[in-house]
Amino acid sequence: MDKFQTFTGIAAPMPAQNIDTDKVIPARFLKTIERKGLGKHLFNDMRYNSDGSENEDFILNKAAYRGAEVLVVGNNFGCGSSREHAPWALNDYGVKCLIGTDFADIFFNNSFKNGMLLIKLPKEVIDELMGDAKLGANARLTVNLEDQTITRPNGEVVKFDVDPFKKHCLLNGLDDIGLTMANKSEIDGFEGKDDGSRPWMPKIQLTD
Amino acid sequence: MAKPRTLFDKIWENHVVRTEDDGTALIYIDLHLTHEVTSPQAFAGLRAAGRKLRRPDRTIAVADHNVPTTDRSKGIEDPESKLQVETLESNVKEFGVPYIPVDDIRQGIVHIIGPEQGLTQPGMTVVCGDSHTSTHGAFGALAFGIGTSEVEHVFATQSLVQKPAKNMRITVKGTPPEGTTAKDLILAIIGKIGTAGGTGHVIEYAGDAIKNLSMEGRMTVCNMSIEAGARAGLIAPDETTFEYLKGKPYSPKAGQWEQAVSYWSSLPSDDGATYDKEVELDATKIEPYVTWGTSPQDALPISAMVPKPEEFDDEGRQAGVARSLEYMGLTGGMPITDIKVDTVFIGSCTNGRLEDFRAAAAIAKGHKVAAGVRALAVPGSGLVKEAAEAEGLDKILTEAGFEWREPGCSMCLAMNADKLRPGERSASTSNRNFEGRQGPGGRTHLVSPAMAAAAAIKGHLADVREFLK
Repeated sequence: MDKFQTFTGIAAPMPAQNIDTDKVIPARFLKTIERKGLGKHLFNDMRYNSDGSENEDFILNKAAYRGAEVLVVGNNFGCGSSREHAPWALNDYGVKCLIGTDFADIFFNNSFKNGMLLIKLPKEVIDELMGDAKLGANARLTVNLEDQTITRPNGEVVKFDVDPFKKHCLLNGLDDIGLTMANKSEIDGFEGKDDGSRPWMPKIQLTD
Repeated sequence: MAKPRTLFDKIWENHVVRTEDDGTALIYIDLHLTHEVTSPQAFAGLRAAGRKLRRPDRTIAVADHNVPTTDRSKGIEDPESKLQVETLESNVKEFGVPYIPVDDIRQGIVHIIGPEQGLTQPGMTVVCGDSHTSTHGAFGALAFGIGTSEVEHVFATQSLVQKPAKNMRITVKGTPPEGTTAKDLILAIIGKIGTAGGTGHVIEYAGDAIKNLSMEGRMTVCNMSIEAGARAGLIAPDETTFEYLKGKPYSPKAGQWEQAVSYWSSLPSDDGATYDKEVELDATKIEPYVTWGTSPQDALPISAMVPKPEEFDDEGRQAGVARSLEYMGLTGGMPITDIKVDTVFIGSCTNGRLEDFRAAAAIAKGHKVAAGVRALAVPGSGLVKEAAEAEGLDKILTEAGFEWREPGCSMCLAMNADKLRPGERSASTSNRNFEGRQGPGGRTHLVSPAMAAAAAIKGHLADVREFLK
């Protein structure tokens, strides 16, 4: 995983509430066995007309927002399916950061595991950032994870909270499987104890 | 005296392997279910890192999303679907994962087969790369959906890094009126608390209306916890749970059964346990429900009118409602029962169990599906199909004009050939009415199996109570 670095990027406004992961990437594009290449289908059914041409009303098809790296979103973004294809598609498109009042739990976790930063802020602040985003390509946001700040186009600095463990993983590009494997002896210990206390637990073996 | 604990607190504490200073915990996972859509990249990750699967004996794999529900002897036509299923088959071989093949009688939707095989048990932690893993909470198991990176994490370590969830209790009091089913209860709950109402929480469902449900009904309720944004749903294990588990292939065997039941009986929330959030509903006032919009929270009694955007306070919500009505091709103010349907789908991990087909057949018996309506009945597993056929439910449904299909996820998310065409409208017993969920441009109304059967016969969304008179 790449390390998360401070960047200044275009922010696209997506104020609609409850944008579900089926909207981010419809189920028919989940038939891939790869993580890469989903960016072209990001927001597919909003982004393209049924004949495959671009829907010019869709925000990321507007000249000012092509190549947006930040999305300022409405509440409960990422609800629904647990598909990690949603953050993969966002990532593949080039989105590095989403900012909103709240996010669906599974999507929130999945995004961090792919090196993306999701920032939760109060509604008044989101309204201001949404206003910034509506200014288009001239209004870029600077996202600094180390300092936990967003710098607005007017120079104002907004502080944000982030889980310290998630921050550590993002800044250092760590995948947490390696970290957990370092605690292998504790997992062994748990299993040893548990085999004694819950001896009825299933041991799955399908042979017939 | 120790602080009273909730069912969630107990399961959580029983699974903590280690805790960091900030409260982040490594929790042990008892059962990992896996399917073809969210596992290939996780297996590839293991392979790339040279890692093994830690507990194949606590992992089970099945293909369900992509499988055809028509004649399977021809294999899968769609090359991408085919590749995904074949990839699962080669991965389970390479990593030694127990696998239920597509032509096995036990094959079915992953959330149907876990309980059916007795794998899902009270007090367990259960995960799957699928948000409807919440289904298994019906057994008093902490069960939640995870992404593919976490699937890989569980493959390698049989554990997950998690922060504890908050506790929420939803109490549904009283006895629901005739015609109101588990599906109607959960739609009413989501309609009340909203699609983000459970975010960050594990919901414990309580009250007489929940306690009196069968295991199948409890699974329907817990299944849709994710549609309320919750991390998981839970129902306290009791005699109904134990009775269901008795004699299932992987249930505790004689000699260990009593020990297991004694442990399971210690799990329900203690008297005086506190919750971060409490909600109450009166079951006696819950009518058969239906969704009108493109979010599961867009739920109303069948007797209601389609709402108008201006009936909502919040500006963002008004915009959402206007967009939903446009997508759904509906006008605010029209009676919901005036909405005509083209397709009826009975199945999915929400409502694809034996009881669901019994309910549908009870309504369909002696009637005919309305002209021009395509009606699909898709059992959740091969064993559900077999049991339904043994009772003659397939005959009743096919005589009424339903198609009786092979098991799988099918039109719930349209990854196989079963999908709506643009503009087509369904009454569906599945769990999501999102835009395009059942096919691009398709329009979905979520209902119970009995309500779906009523809609099939009438050709429009209909009040099942008219059939009960």
